[in-house]
Amino acid sequence: MEIPYTYKARPDTGLYNAKVGIWLFLASEIMLFGALFSAYILLRVSAPDGFWPDVALAWPRGLLNIPIGTFNTAVLITSSVTVVLAWAALKMNNFARFRWLMVVTVLCAFAFLGIKSFEYNDKFSHYVVRLKDGKAVTGHLEVNGKHPGFWNFADQWNLGRLEAEKVEHIEIAVDPARDIHGHVKHVEGASHDHAKQKIATSDIAFLGSYTPATHPFFAVYFLITALHGLHVLGGALVLAYFAFPGAKMWKTNPEQFTNRIEVGGLFWHFVDLVWIFLFPVVYLL
Amino acid sequence: MQATDTHAHAHGHKGHSHDHHEPGFFSKYIFSTDHKVIGVQYGVASLIFLFFGFLLVLAMRFQLANPGKPIPVVGALLEKLLGSDMAPGGNLSGDLYNSFGAMHGTIMVFLAIVPILFGAFGNYVTPLQIGAPDMAFPRLNMASFHVYFIGGVVMFASFFTPGGTARSGWTSYSPLASVTDLANHFDGQTYWLIGMVFLITSSLLGSVNFIATIIQLRCRGMSWMRMPFFVWAQFVTAFLLLLAFPPLEAAGLMQLMDNLFGSSFFLPQGLVVNGTALAVSGGGSPLLWQHLFWFLGHPEVYVLILPAIGIVSEVIANNTRKPLWGYKSMVYSAMSVGFLSFIVWAHHMYLTGMGTKVATFFQTTTMMISIPSVIILTALFISLWGGSIRFNAASLFALSFLPMFGIGGLTGLPLGFNASDIYLHDSYYVIGHFHYVVAPGTMFAVFAGIYYWFPKITGRMMNETLGKLHWAGSLFFMNCVFAPMFIQGFKGMSRRMYDGGTTYFEGVDPTALSLNKMITMCAVGLGVAQLPFIINFFSSIFVGKKVSSDNPWDATTLEWATPTPPPHGNFASEPVAYRGPYEYSVPGAKSDFTPQSEKP
Repeated sequence: MEIPYTYKARPDTGLYNAKVGIWLFLASEIMLFGALFSAYILLRVSAPDGFWPDVALAWPRGLLNIPIGTFNTAVLITSSVTVVLAWAALKMNNFARFRWLMVVTVLCAFAFLGIKSFEYNDKFSHYVVRLKDGKAVTGHLEVNGKHPGFWNFADQWNLGRLEAEKVEHIEIAVDPARDIHGHVKHVEGASHDHAKQKIATSDIAFLGSYTPATHPFFAVYFLITALHGLHVLGGALVLAYFAFPGAKMWKTNPEQFTNRIEVGGLFWHFVDLVWIFLFPVVYLL
Repeated sequence: MQATDTHAHAHGHKGHSHDHHEPGFFSKYIFSTDHKVIGVQYGVASLIFLFFGFLLVLAMRFQLANPGKPIPVVGALLEKLLGSDMAPGGNLSGDLYNSFGAMHGTIMVFLAIVPILFGAFGNYVTPLQIGAPDMAFPRLNMASFHVYFIGGVVMFASFFTPGGTARSGWTSYSPLASVTDLANHFDGQTYWLIGMVFLITSSLLGSVNFIATIIQLRCRGMSWMRMPFFVWAQFVTAFLLLLAFPPLEAAGLMQLMDNLFGSSFFLPQGLVVNGTALAVSGGGSPLLWQHLFWFLGHPEVYVLILPAIGIVSEVIANNTRKPLWGYKSMVYSAMSVGFLSFIVWAHHMYLTGMGTKVATFFQTTTMMISIPSVIILTALFISLWGGSIRFNAASLFALSFLPMFGIGGLTGLPLGFNASDIYLHDSYYVIGHFHYVVAPGTMFAVFAGIYYWFPKITGRMMNETLGKLHWAGSLFFMNCVFAPMFIQGFKGMSRRMYDGGTTYFEGVDPTALSLNKMITMCAVGLGVAQLPFIINFFSSIFVGKKVSSDNPWDATTLEWATPTPPPHGNFASEPVAYRGPYEYSVPGAKSDFTPQSEKP
């Protein structure tokens, strides 16, 4: 006996198997991301006083680049539109149109990931220095006249390493100061470009780049965006497969192929939707 | 002759493109997409893990009864395998005892009981009972088992990591779990988390598949209220697994970040370990882990019990030769239990200081969830009334499930109440309580299921005498192991002491300590009582009495309308359900059972 309803809808439920499957899968995904978002809320609400937001640094608001984030949101929404148009093209029996729309979708996905990695890079090369007198500065780090490597975690500096390698002082290109809302403070006469500041190692209480270890905000930010990024990558690979090698099925079983695009599209919309929540929560709030 | 055979075969498989293709060993037993083979794979793997988990606890129990004495036979072996700091002189060190405890819980829950109920029985029986040719997504089903197996291997491998396996309890509370082994970055806890990610993925694939199968692949006439209760139980269970596991996965990823990347999701500010301040940013919340863990942890309890109730319902209806009493209320109760189980989790956390208002809410929901549970159990008890009960091995196990699960459930009430939980929390009373639910409860249902469906799976009956011996021994020793734990708990014995409480109780209360000795002896007895089962299981596969028909128990549900054992694709002709699942002793019918597939 063959398995029924693999691509024909079951009359009483009106659904084919894969559609039930993907909706269930998405329900579970909602619980996964929902737990992460809840963790973010709980961590932020229950943070100790003066920690989140941080008194010395007005952290962590305003650390993420809102224009870039907005642009990335637009990229992802575009891909969501093209993927549904690609499915509609198949429904209208227009395979050529399907293929180029799918190509646009996949290109958008990789554009999103490229922009995201640019943002990651920026975070990994930013450092925070807390001084023993309670003050703190952030900016790009220079040790012995060299910037630390960006992607190589072994190249990252911390206080222990500075002391071990007997580095007497570091230089930091200081970021513009921000108020508690994350807006750049406009101080009359002060320069807004990254002025270099020399700090003696003996004055430093903490040194670290913008990585999960430095603040729970970064931990949440990197965990959720990385998990979302993996979903984007996985979805893009599957959609690319449907656009090229997997498209053979269009000739043998167009109905099932169209269903596959629908199911893939549902997943893609979900990935988009997660970002729609993620963007305001981590960038704007 | 050859030609006729080929012809008949090709005819029987009309529509297949790959007719005469005899699958090889690997595609038949390892990479099979047949739900029945996958069910058997799950069954074998989880029984092995069950045995392994039992051995772990036997070692622990020996030490509890005889602190300071080397464990016979395995003590020397452990010292050789894990080093003399882990097992000095054949004793379990505190660390090793904690490891064994953590892994006993993890293995029993995630690698033994859930896979055997959901993976083995669910996979084998559910599609048969709804008249489906296979699961909706056979390849996902295969992947689910493979991922489960990898998760098991990772868990098992963690015993041999430097620094030993996870030892922060099966609950892996943070920050304890993140700071137990600061010397090893990639420690046993990290293995545990990676193993859990595999197991969660496996259960996700399984649950999607089960729900889709039950919604989509019911045969003609199999309306929702004609489904056997077992299928309903699997259906609700699948939803629990689908929706409750992802938060634990999220929590696992966070703890993984804490361990590997030095983040502070669960590490509070100013954390001091062994007198030195930990070099982390802090600002995390230990309570967050507990909330996320128990958000899975409590539905998980119902994952452990609902399919067991499903099995027991099938066996009881069949052996009382009566319909289940209150089938519909049982179905609705199962759904209510499923829903309510998502909002009771914090009754595991009364002592965390989360606040009395929160505790009151969870105390109320906890009392509410006992109502549908009691409805199910009561319906099963009333089902016995007036039946002419057949006492075979399967039904004896199913019948003793009822009081055993009853004890487990009722002893849970004092733990659900805030006021009494404060005294009983973390004592042996808790151990006694949940083991009554899972060990004599769920395990008895598992045994009932094995005795009941064995003839369908192998075509041979299991030996009844050995089965009854197995039942009597198990029932006696199970109670002797777990009932004294209630007494120890009332006496205030903590569940965490690796010397069995000697340092605490010696000279104060000798009874509590002497009970340790009795429990350990009975635990060994319980092991011995399983020998008839092991012998019976393996010998019956080869020399058991062959079944005389496809329906040896005179049962009504659809799995008995298949050939024995069912071939790939299950049914010889399209099955149709013409009636409800439990038409036993219908007045005026020509026999005392009317199969669902019998035309009216």
